[in-house]
Amino acid sequence: MPSTAPALPLADVTVSDAALRRFLHGLPGVDAVGLESRAAALGTRSIKTTAKSYAIDLAISMIDLTTLEGSDTPGKVRSLCAKGAAPDPSDRSVPAVAAICVYSDMVREAKEALRGTGIAVASVATAFPAGRAARSVKLADTREAVAAGADEVDMVIDRGAFLSGRYLQVFEEITAVKAACGEAHLKVILENGELATYDAIRRASWLAMLAGADFIKTSTGKVAVNATPANTLLMLEAVRDFRATTGRQVGVKPAGGIRTAKDALKYLVLVNETAGDDWLDPAWFRFGASSLLNDLLMQRQKLTTGRYSGPDYVTVD
Amino acid sequence: MTAMKFEYAPAPESRSTAAIASSHGLFIDGEFRPAAGGKVFKSIAPASEEVLSEVAHAGADDVHAAVEAARRAFPRWSGLPGAERAKYLFRIARLIQERSRELAVLESLDNGKPIRESRDVDLPLVAAHFFYYAGWADKLPHAGFGPDPKPLGVAGQVIPWNFPLLMLAWKIAPALATGNTVVLKPAETTPLTALRFAEICRQAALPPGVVNIVTGDGTAGAALVEHPGVDKIAFTGSTGVGRRIARTVAGTRKKLTLELGGKAANIVFDDAPLDQAVEGIVNGIFFNQGHVCCAGSRLLVQESVAEELLGALKRRMATLRVGDPLDKNTDVGAINSAAQLARIRELADAGSAEGAERWSPPCELPADGYWFPPTLFTGVTQAHRIAREEIFGPVLSVLTFRTPEEAVAKANNTPYGLSAGIWTEKGSRILWLAGQLRAGVVWSNTFNKFDPTSPFGGYQESGYGREGGRHGLGAYLDV
Repeated sequence: MPSTAPALPLADVTVSDAALRRFLHGLPGVDAVGLESRAAALGTRSIKTTAKSYAIDLAISMIDLTTLEGSDTPGKVRSLCAKGAAPDPSDRSVPAVAAICVYSDMVREAKEALRGTGIAVASVATAFPAGRAARSVKLADTREAVAAGADEVDMVIDRGAFLSGRYLQVFEEITAVKAACGEAHLKVILENGELATYDAIRRASWLAMLAGADFIKTSTGKVAVNATPANTLLMLEAVRDFRATTGRQVGVKPAGGIRTAKDALKYLVLVNETAGDDWLDPAWFRFGASSLLNDLLMQRQKLTTGRYSGPDYVTVD
Repeated sequence: MTAMKFEYAPAPESRSTAAIASSHGLFIDGEFRPAAGGKVFKSIAPASEEVLSEVAHAGADDVHAAVEAARRAFPRWSGLPGAERAKYLFRIARLIQERSRELAVLESLDNGKPIRESRDVDLPLVAAHFFYYAGWADKLPHAGFGPDPKPLGVAGQVIPWNFPLLMLAWKIAPALATGNTVVLKPAETTPLTALRFAEICRQAALPPGVVNIVTGDGTAGAALVEHPGVDKIAFTGSTGVGRRIARTVAGTRKKLTLELGGKAANIVFDDAPLDQAVEGIVNGIFFNQGHVCCAGSRLLVQESVAEELLGALKRRMATLRVGDPLDKNTDVGAINSAAQLARIRELADAGSAEGAERWSPPCELPADGYWFPPTLFTGVTQAHRIAREEIFGPVLSVLTFRTPEEAVAKANNTPYGLSAGIWTEKGSRILWLAGQLRAGVVWSNTFNKFDPTSPFGGYQESGYGREGGRHGLGAYLDV
């Protein structure tokens, strides 16, 4: 288990707002053109045959199968859980997904439905997706989710505080949520689309990791720009560098807008060639997605049978 | 490389799109024909040493015939309205796009460069060059060379093996747009795409004699340079050959542009965007196996970040995939020829002998063909041969500096001056440095980026004249 306290080499950078600002603003800048062209170049990797088959199964096992709608019902959640446990009823060799991701009031339902499957329940919390609520509300939201059985908590950072430069406030909120999580894993959603610049995304990544995040996550899926290859590549660089500095490994979760197997494979190439082998594992890399699973299943059927099946040969959830 | 979890399966591009005839003739006056003397040479695939085709070797008679054909074609071609010449160039550009996969495969086979580069860099730029200069053909009175600028006549063009088709485009597109006719001599080791281009000229119904292609070794090039019927010589290649050409042309009416070697400094400051700088360094020296005249072959890194940067660079170099040029996942292909491999080895050995520290990532090289691993030398000083001589291979020499002034002094301390790179987040420093560096191209926070609208050329022993952009027209106009 990763330790919850900030690792020793960087303990002093969080002693004050000024120290934290100096540290975060001292991180190497990001050249947007260069970052995007690197992400695009890695996107041209050609993943075929055995590599494709490995990557598709790995991607399925990394999915946080998600439903985060106002219209969610216990029935919908139960059906999603069944889908996550046996994604392809016609082929039991398909791995299960990593987790089912729901709102906190659906955790109990999901936990029940997933009993004995080994699939984790992830709950969004802290006034997801906007994060605009009093800290006491956010912490209560977190405790409720954990009490209901959530194995993982996906929190959102206070983007308003971050953008106005109140880094220590963001830091303290994450540490407080982390404490409220207890044993549950904490994924910290940066909401890249609202941070807007790559420099800010790098700083927010480090801030979250310093505060004890087990995972850093790109986005809520609720704003215009969600996970992109470039912002995920940047976060992969951040976790790679953070481990090199502190010895602590942090996971990455791109979420929102990843719908095709082709896209998922591109993200796995980013992982492979940036963070490396150690992150090619559901414990360290996740996809926050809903429709992605069916496309992966169709591609998998194509690989095993040599024929394209079509949407009627995978289940709707 | 150690066994990885996610091994990419082989993903070879099919060779079937680029069938290669067993023999190729010279392209003179719109027809393919054998050399008058019947002489041939072989073009091989440097990745496997497989013979790809037999190619006619032009002698002095053939070069003469080509120049005569170009002379005959000149009055009519130069007399066409610019808009009419543009139609041919646009047609050629479109045909290149339509046949780009075929041309990319052929280029990678004959040259050894990765298909990812020939497909994503070379071919798009080749087509872009023809499109760009096609657009100029009817606008020459507005190009800043007077109301009615005249072409020179017959251009003799000699190009290198590192970007065979791209260098052809850089030479032929502006020459034709301005109304010249050309005789082009491709490099001995990479004649095939130029001859495929000749087919495209026929497909585009370009009038016979406007483009002539004579293949062969340096003797064919020398015959072209010496031919009295040539009005203009354009050469891209080594500084040594460039000097000989300048001597030959001196005292004649021939106009000359030379694009020669380089030993570019890629300068990384302590406030650089580190991850992108690493990509830029890799792209600067390992792109096209370092067979790039403007390659960033000297890395000048500020001492305060040297250790961090070199650590990141080595980690990145370990992910480079060296091997089959036709595999779509290959990053670094084959060295173009045995001779070039010998030259790289000699200089790399000199680097070790002179006391620099040599490092390459673990990498398995194919048994056949010509290969050299991506290589890094640290502890290099200005006095070392690997800091002064152009290696033209995947070999990076790393030097350090303390202040911006020292960076400028070291960067400029070379007989060359083709390109330079600056990596810093500080805009004012970029502008100051760009004014200080003696280099024809200065890239900031990027490297090896090309565009037909941008002029390209060097200082000092890197040559003279500019290619590309509006400036590139001047080299083919009587101005």
